[in-house]
Amino acid sequence: MLNNFVVPDFYPLAPEILLLSMSFVILLADLVLGKTQRWVAFALSIITLLGCAAATVMTVNAQTVLTMSNLFVDDLLSDFLKLMTYLSVIMVLVYGRQYLIVRGLDKGEFYLLVLFATLGMMVMISAASLLTLYLGLELMSLSLYALVAIDRDSKRATEAAMKYFVLGALASGLLLYGMSMLYGATGNLNIADISQVLYQGQADKTVLVFGLVFIVAGIAFKLGVVPFHMWIPDVYHGAPTVVTMLIGSAPKLAAFAMTLRLLVYALFAVVAEWQQMLLITAVLSIALGNLAAIAQKNIKRMLAYSAISHMGFMLLGLTSGVIGKEVDPFTAINAYSSALYYTLAYVLMSLGSFGMVLLLSRTGHEAEELDDFKGLNQRSPWFAGMMLVFMLSMAGIPFFIGFFAKFAVLTAAVKAGYLYVAIGAVMFSLIGAFYYLRVIKLMYFDEAEDKLPLVARTSFRILLSLNGIAVAAFGLFPDAVMSLCTAVLLHSL
Amino acid sequence: MNAYLLSLAIWVPILGAIPVLLLGSERRFLVRWLSLAVAIAGFLVAIPLYMGFDPAVAGMQFVEQAPWVPRFNLQYLLGVDGISMPFILLNSFITIMVVLAGWDVITNKQGQYMAAFLIMSGLMNGIFSALDGVLFYVFFEASLIPMYLIIGVWGGPNRVYAAIKFFLYTLLGSLLMLVALIWLFLVSGGSANILDWHQLKIGMAPQILIFIAFLVSFAVKVPMWPVHTWLPDAHVEAPTGGSVVLAAIALKLGAYGFLRFSLPIAPDASDYLAPLMIALSLTAIIYIGFVALVQADMKKLVAYSSISHMGFVTLGFFIFNPLGVEGALVQMISHGFISAAMFLCIGVMYDRMHSREIADYGGVVNTMPKFAAFFMLFSMANAGLPATSGFVGEFMVILGAVKFNFFIGMAAAVTLILGAAYTLWMYKRVIFGEITNPQVAKLADIGYREFLILALLAICVLAMGLYPYPFTEVMHASVENLLKHVAVGKL
Repeated sequence: MLNNFVVPDFYPLAPEILLLSMSFVILLADLVLGKTQRWVAFALSIITLLGCAAATVMTVNAQTVLTMSNLFVDDLLSDFLKLMTYLSVIMVLVYGRQYLIVRGLDKGEFYLLVLFATLGMMVMISAASLLTLYLGLELMSLSLYALVAIDRDSKRATEAAMKYFVLGALASGLLLYGMSMLYGATGNLNIADISQVLYQGQADKTVLVFGLVFIVAGIAFKLGVVPFHMWIPDVYHGAPTVVTMLIGSAPKLAAFAMTLRLLVYALFAVVAEWQQMLLITAVLSIALGNLAAIAQKNIKRMLAYSAISHMGFMLLGLTSGVIGKEVDPFTAINAYSSALYYTLAYVLMSLGSFGMVLLLSRTGHEAEELDDFKGLNQRSPWFAGMMLVFMLSMAGIPFFIGFFAKFAVLTAAVKAGYLYVAIGAVMFSLIGAFYYLRVIKLMYFDEAEDKLPLVARTSFRILLSLNGIAVAAFGLFPDAVMSLCTAVLLHSL
Repeated sequence: MNAYLLSLAIWVPILGAIPVLLLGSERRFLVRWLSLAVAIAGFLVAIPLYMGFDPAVAGMQFVEQAPWVPRFNLQYLLGVDGISMPFILLNSFITIMVVLAGWDVITNKQGQYMAAFLIMSGLMNGIFSALDGVLFYVFFEASLIPMYLIIGVWGGPNRVYAAIKFFLYTLLGSLLMLVALIWLFLVSGGSANILDWHQLKIGMAPQILIFIAFLVSFAVKVPMWPVHTWLPDAHVEAPTGGSVVLAAIALKLGAYGFLRFSLPIAPDASDYLAPLMIALSLTAIIYIGFVALVQADMKKLVAYSSISHMGFVTLGFFIFNPLGVEGALVQMISHGFISAAMFLCIGVMYDRMHSREIADYGGVVNTMPKFAAFFMLFSMANAGLPATSGFVGEFMVILGAVKFNFFIGMAAAVTLILGAAYTLWMYKRVIFGEITNPQVAKLADIGYREFLILALLAICVLAMGLYPYPFTEVMHASVENLLKHVAVGKL
C-alpha cells in the first residue's frame, strides 16, 4: 500500500494551511497576552485573513486542480467564494471590535473560533468529496455553536446556542444519512465520480432519490429555508449581535458552495427531482419570511425572517437552471450565477444592516428593538441614509444592489417557465417592502426618544460608509460583479 | 454638447442635490440659494431640448447610447420624441416653482427637503427619456423614494399612513410591470430596448396579459378609478411642494406609460380593451367630478379634480384619433401648470391660516386682493374657460370623442359643467362673501416671492390657452406615427 503513496500537491491548500498555523500562533499568543494587549489577537486575525487572501490570489488558476487524492478542489469558484468569505469575516471583526470590548467578550477564544469557523467554510467551499464537505461543515458549525454561547452569562444566548446545536446536529445527521444513501447508490464518495456513475445510469434510483431527500433537507437547514427555518429567528435573536452578523454573512457563501457542489456537481443527473423540492422550499420561504417579518418588533428577528425570504429568492435562482428535461448550459450558468450574485448581494446588505444595529448599541444598551431606530435622521443624517440604502436594497428597490439581484433571479425564473412563481415572488416582496419601509418610517418620520450622540470608532464609521456606498454603487453599476459570477461559474462547472 | 443634453437634464439636479445635502440643515441661506441655482441650471439645460427639437421627425431625438449592464444587454439608452420632450421641460420648470414654494415655509431639515425634490426632478427626467425598459423601471421605482420621504417627513398629521399607502400602491403596480418587462426582455431574445419591443410580434393572449400588467402599474399612477384612493390621502398630507410635484408631474408618468408601452407594444389588446378603458375614464370624469363637488377640504377637492382631469387624458388616448391623443397630451401639460398653481394657491392660504377647510374661509378677497385675482384665473382655467390652457386640451378631446362616438363625447362634455361647478363654488365660498373668521381679517396679501411664482404660472396658463401651437407642433409627428403603428396592429 505504502508504495502507492504519492506526496500530494500542497500548493492549492496554502490558504488553509496558513489559516490553521496562524490559529495556533494566536492560541499560543493569547496565553501570554494581558487584558490590555488583546488588540494583538485582533490584529493577528486580520493579518491572517489578509494573508489567506494573498495566498488564495496566488493559487488562482483557470484550470481546476484536484489534490489530496481528489478530496480537495481548487477552482475559480472556490477562489472567488473564499475571497468573499475573508472579506466578510474581516468586516465582521472590524464591526464587532467595539461591541466585544464593551461587553468584555474581547477574548482570544472569540478570534480563534471565528478563524476555525472560517477554516470550516474554506474546506466546505473546496470540498471535492462528501467526506471533505462534511468535515468542513462540522468544523464550521461547531465553532458557530460555541460562538453563539460566547457570552456565558446570558441566558438567552445559551438557550439559542442549545437550540442551534440540537437542531444543527439533527440536520448534520440528516445530511450524513443522505450522503450514506448516496454512497450506497453509487459506491462513491467523490463528487465527480458520483456524477459519472449517475450519468452512466448505474445507480439504484430508489435509494438515490431517498438519499436526495435527506440531502436537500440538510442543505435547507443550513441555508435556513422553510420548513427547516425554525432555528433562524431564535439564534439570530439570542446570539450576541456580532455573532449574528457572522452567521448571517459568510456561512451563507459556504452553504451556497455546498448546495452547488452537492446538487449541481454531484446530482445533476436527477436535477428534475431536486428542482421540484427546491422550488417548493423557495416559494414557501419567500412567503413565510416576508409575512412573519411584519409581526416582529425586534430588528434582529425581523432581519432573521428577512434572511429566510432572501434565501428563498436565492433558491429560486438555483432552481431555474434546467427547463423541463432540456439541459442548456447557458441557461443553467445564467440561473446559477444569478443565485451566486444574490448570495453576494445578500451578504453585503446583511453585514450593513447588522452593522447599523451594532452602531446604535452601546454600553449597557442593546439596540435590538425597532424603536431604537426612531429619529435616527436627527441624530445622524449620514447613517440614517446608510440604513435607508440597506433597507431599500433589501426591499429590491432600484438603484441598489438588491434590485439587480432580484432582477437576475426573476429573469432566470421566468425563463425557466415559472412565470406564476415569479409573480407570486414579487407580490410577497411587495408585502416585504412594508416592514423595510417601517424602519425608514421610524428613522425619518418619528421623533428621537434617545438623543445621545452615536459612539463608534473611526474605522467602524468608515467601513459602514463604504459598505453602504458599495450597496449603492453595485446597484448603479452591477455589471462587473455579475459578469464575474458568470465567468467564475463558466470556468468551474 | 447636444449629444449629452438628456444626461445633463437627469444628472444636473441629482448631482446638484449632493452639495445641498452636505450643507446640512443649519445653513439655510446657502441651502436655499444653492437649491434654486441647481433647479435653474436644470431648467437651462432642458431648454435646448426644445430649441433644437426637429418637429418634422417622428422618431427619437437627442439619442444617447452606452452599454450599462452588458451581462443582460441593458443599455443606458436615452432619447425623446414629441410625446416625452415637453414633459422634461415642464418638470424642470415646476422644480423651480417647488424650490421657491419651500423657501420660508419649510423650517425642519430644509436641506434634505430641497435635495429630495432635486433628486426627484432628475429621476422624473430619467423616466421621460429612458428608452431601455429596465432603465425606465429603475427610474420609475426610484422616484418613489424621495416622494415617500417628502410626504412622510414634511407632511401633515396623518402623513405616515399616506406615505406608506402611496408607496405600497405604486409598488404593487410597478412590480407587475417588472414581470411584464422581464417577459418582453426574454421574448425579444434579450433586448430591453423599448423601440425593439414596439416592433415585436406578439399574439393576442400575451398582448392582453401584458396590457393588464402595464395597466395595473399605470392606472395606479394616473390614477384611474377605482385605484385612485391613494391620491387624495397623499395630496392632503403632503407639503405644498409635494402636492405640486405629485399633481403636475407624477400623475403624468402613468399616462406617459400608456403611450410609450401599452399602446405600441400591445396595440391589438389596446384596441380590444378600449371600451373598458373608455368606461373607466368616463367614470373618473363624471363620478369623481361629483365626488369633488362635496369635498370640504380644498386640497382634497383639487385632488379629485385632478383625477377627473386625468380621466380626460386616458379617454383621449383610447379613442385612437390624433385629436384625442394630442388633446390629451395638451391636457396633461396644461394640467401640470394649473394643478401646480391650484396647490400653490392653497399652500399660500394654508401657510397663513393652517387650515384647508373651505368652511374656515370666506371673504379672503377683502384682505388679499392680488391673491384673489390669481386664484380666480387658475380656478377658471381649472374649469376649462376658453383662453386658458385648460380649455384647449378638453376641447380637443371632446371633439375627438364626438368624432369617435357622439354619446361618449357628450358624456365627456359633462365635465365642463361639473368642473365649473366644483371649482367656482369653492372659489366663491373661500374668496367672496362676508368675513366670518376673525383670522381672515388679519391676512396679509402675497409677497414678492409668491407673486413671482403665481405670475410665472399665470403667464404659462394664458400663453398656452391663447397660442397652443408651439406645444402641438412638436407633438404632431410623433402622435401620427404612434397612431399609424397602433392602427396596423401586430396580428
